[in-house]
Amino acid sequence: MDFISILSIFVMACFVGYYVVWSVTPALHTPLMAVTNAISSVIIVGALIAALAAGSGLAKWLGLVAVALASVNIFGGFAVTQRMLAMYKKKEKKG
Amino acid sequence: MEHVASAVPAWALLAYLVSGVLFILALRGLSSPETSRAGNRYGMIGMGLAVATTLATHEIASLPEIAAAIILGGGVGFVVARRIAMTAMPQLVAAFHSLVGLAAVLVAAAAFLNPQAFGIAGADGEIFAVSRVEMGLGIAIGAITFSGSVIAFLKLNGNMSGAPILLPLRHVINLGTLVGILGLIAWFTLEPSPDAWIFWTVTGLAFLIGFLLIIPIGGADMPVVVSMLNSYSGWAAAAMGFTLQNTAMIITGALVGSSGAILSYIMCRAMNRSFISVIAGGFGAEAGPAGAAAAIDRPWKRGSAEDAAFLMQNAEKVIIVPGYGMAVAQAQHVLREMGDKLKHQGVDVRYAIHPVAGRMPGHMNVLLAEANVPYDEVFELEDINTDFGQADVAFVIGANDVTNPAAKTDTSSPIYGMPVLDVEKAKTVLFIKRSMGGVGYAGVDNELFYRDNTMMLLADAKKMVEEIVKAMD
Repeated sequence: MDFISILSIFVMACFVGYYVVWSVTPALHTPLMAVTNAISSVIIVGALIAALAAGSGLAKWLGLVAVALASVNIFGGFAVTQRMLAMYKKKEKKG
Repeated sequence: MEHVASAVPAWALLAYLVSGVLFILALRGLSSPETSRAGNRYGMIGMGLAVATTLATHEIASLPEIAAAIILGGGVGFVVARRIAMTAMPQLVAAFHSLVGLAAVLVAAAAFLNPQAFGIAGADGEIFAVSRVEMGLGIAIGAITFSGSVIAFLKLNGNMSGAPILLPLRHVINLGTLVGILGLIAWFTLEPSPDAWIFWTVTGLAFLIGFLLIIPIGGADMPVVVSMLNSYSGWAAAAMGFTLQNTAMIITGALVGSSGAILSYIMCRAMNRSFISVIAGGFGAEAGPAGAAAAIDRPWKRGSAEDAAFLMQNAEKVIIVPGYGMAVAQAQHVLREMGDKLKHQGVDVRYAIHPVAGRMPGHMNVLLAEANVPYDEVFELEDINTDFGQADVAFVIGANDVTNPAAKTDTSSPIYGMPVLDVEKAKTVLFIKRSMGGVGYAGVDNELFYRDNTMMLLADAKKMVEEIVKAMD
């Protein structure tokens, strides 16, 4: 992919992000932060590439540490989001 | 065996795109609590897909180590997520931000040390210029996110005072460091074969500025800081996505980056402050003495738990206004108990939330949800503010500045112009506060205390509510 196609995806995604985030209800802003935390750990993809690669030993170890850190976030972020979302309940309907 | 980025098979590119779309759906789900749980599952599937795709398209040389890293990290994350108290959510989010930042730094450093593996170097081993910009920005933003979040964590967790720490000449130092970082990144990019020290100096300076940027910012500005760091962690991921030409990372980075930026904007608007003034820091430190001195000698009314119970039981409409003090006192559960009692007696009970109540966006909503308060009884400022006029009692627990009528009338007040909850329009205001001495975070005295229709309930928030509940029997 050339730089311009990547940039196009990025710019479009910023707009999508803008509209999607404005539609998030303020009551769920804390879960929003927790889940954005989890998904930004998709950086694990880069960490895996570094950890998988042959060649520089140091790069591989840096990659492995990054894999571990990103995993903390992925599992922790999704789990804590799920825990929070499970707490939001509606009023029980009165008989 | 070369893994040039352009050699990634078409199906893998498609899979990354799908996982990007799943992340969009994860955020889309948060538009309402009913759809949010499904959204969270989309997010998990997207993440699983991205990881599986990466593993499937690369020669797997070190699977045991990677599995160990995932299990170790994932285990820690999972246990922490299960055990953390809801009141500690702001610190947890700050800690998570710091990890994203550090992971970005490590990935960028690994890419710099082993560019062939990332397909970002030519046959001569030199990293492409465009990759050098992306990498430089990625490591800088990652490092700022890391050190800034560590400071935010220490402040939120109480390991470090929440008061702003003001260094002399801090604006000069900060600007100088920032210019230094950008200049070095430019040099690193333009030089045909740059020395490694430029890259590492950028990293070091970025760690430093993250630290310097957050220490002068006080506790109540934390909602903005946490949102801002959230945004940075997104931009760091996006920059690395450019380096790796990975659509999942770019889409996610853009989503998270805009999410944090929008949240920062909402928080600033709710305080009527510009983003620049929050970042410049020091709010609350200068205003302190003047506001506090004006306070003391005015008459005010003190009420007891019994008075409060009587007033609320005989009311038709009660609006509860929680703030950070409720979180500190862990009073949300007993508050819900009080609300239930009132509801059983036919009182209409609702909750009014100011956008900056607490230490992060939506903080109060999560605590109330934890205490089993149904979310359709909880309202945002603009949806409930006109209703105070019809309310019999406004019950303020742990909030202060966000209820100060001076924000509407006193042009000399540091919080003038900030949107506030019109609690003084209720027939009676019950205001829980530890003592009359202290002022709110902004360091201003609250007009509300001295009004005829205000009754001060001086005690720890949790204890006071417990006593009110007892008095209701």
